[in-house]
Amino acid sequence: MINHIDLSTVLRRTVCDLYSNLVTRPTGAAVRTAIETQLAELGGRTVTVIDFSNVGLLDYSCADEVVAKLLLPYCDDCPPRDAYFLFRGMSETHLDALEHVLERHRLALVLQQEDGAPTIIGAVSEAERRAWEATLGIGGGSVGEIGGAAGLATEETEMVLEGLARRRLMMRIEDQWVAVGSPS
Amino acid sequence: MTTVINVPPSLDDVTFEQVLDQLAPLPADEKILVDARHARWASPFGLTALLTLAQTRAERPAFAPPEAEETVSYWNRTGFFRYAAELFDIVGSSPRQKPAGESDVLLEITPIAKSDDVHEVVGRIQQKAQHILTRELNLDAKATMGFAMTLSEACQNIVEHAGRGGWVAVQTYKWTKRLGRRVVVIAVCDAGVGFRQSLESAPGRTRSDRWDDAMALEEAVVRGVSRFRDPGRGQGLAGVRRYVGRWDGKLSVRSGNARIAIVPSWDDDVALREGLAPFAGAQMQITIPERTAGR
Repeated sequence: MINHIDLSTVLRRTVCDLYSNLVTRPTGAAVRTAIETQLAELGGRTVTVIDFSNVGLLDYSCADEVVAKLLLPYCDDCPPRDAYFLFRGMSETHLDALEHVLERHRLALVLQQEDGAPTIIGAVSEAERRAWEATLGIGGGSVGEIGGAAGLATEETEMVLEGLARRRLMMRIEDQWVAVGSPS
Repeated sequence: MTTVINVPPSLDDVTFEQVLDQLAPLPADEKILVDARHARWASPFGLTALLTLAQTRAERPAFAPPEAEETVSYWNRTGFFRYAAELFDIVGSSPRQKPAGESDVLLEITPIAKSDDVHEVVGRIQQKAQHILTRELNLDAKATMGFAMTLSEACQNIVEHAGRGGWVAVQTYKWTKRLGRRVVVIAVCDAGVGFRQSLESAPGRTRSDRWDDAMALEEAVVRGVSRFRDPGRGQGLAGVRRYVGRWDGKLSVRSGNARIAIVPSWDDDVALREGLAPFAGAQMQITIPERTAGR
């Protein structure tokens, strides 16, 4: 199931209908709580598209509250639910704040770029990036297929894919792996 | 008895120390008259710091406005007298206050106490900053959003840590003496708990042998330490530092009896000053210079 969240709408609905900037920690916490409430109403595996298109400014504090604190529980051993996230509509200045926040928490996320192509940003190793891009490139596959495309040994590929899945950047469907953001 | 505190003719972050030196020996409940009659110019730091000074006094201080008409006119346009009238007994006739929103100042002196105030100043600065930063200071258009972000994080320091309200002001001017170029300056001042006390309130904190205002400033400004255990904290000041570095700017933060600065090549300030006259809260100044060819 794909769920779409327009952050500027959430901001206006939960904090103030005159605001278009995601600034300050209390604002970020209120927006994150609204997203979590929406996610709690969904069952099963979901991909949530978080849309920054109509957000003006994003500061570090708000990026930490909205994005990092939203993702952290899902990268834990016992995530609250089987949720994945795809971010879109981010400007260069949004990314400036976000990339530092992701690095600080050793987090990564999938970003849909302006041309629609997904990419991963944040703290990822070279092997993780290769495996993720290979999975995206071949439209998903088995460990062997992804390892072949990425130029990684089977054992390493398996370990890397498990790590990517734990970080909500990759989905496992039986013995197949699919990169979050792949055209479904 | 009233003690007269003389305001220097040119009031900025450096000369404000002369004001604090005069204030240091006086108990907080001693009546003072802040005499600005001979002041001719003040930076956003100087004006917000004067308001902050008034907040630190147990006995309501008196204030003698500048004698020079153009100085009064400028201070009025910054919104100074609107708040000075609430904090000081103004000696003589109080200058006619200009209604809010009619000024050519980039961001008039604005009180900061809560998150909504930060939204307000960020919204206001975005409207005015783009033109000034790109046309007058020749900064990249990208600098505008970063500038608003820096302003936001600097103001949030008050909301998150000071424990009481403070002030922000932003202005551009030509910094003839030190730089010979235009600058845009953000001043954020509060009379709250200051960095040392804020960090001391961190849960489970163990004090080291050397622990003073200077070390607290080093921890917070240089190492990004916060009173909160949350690893996501401390990113605001780190972001301010990065922005200042990217645009060849200067950041200085005063708290207690110390002052730390990230000093660019165009300035000869020292990185750390200790043993200054004590002053409550924290006072931050961010200076971004005009970009010239080759820089």
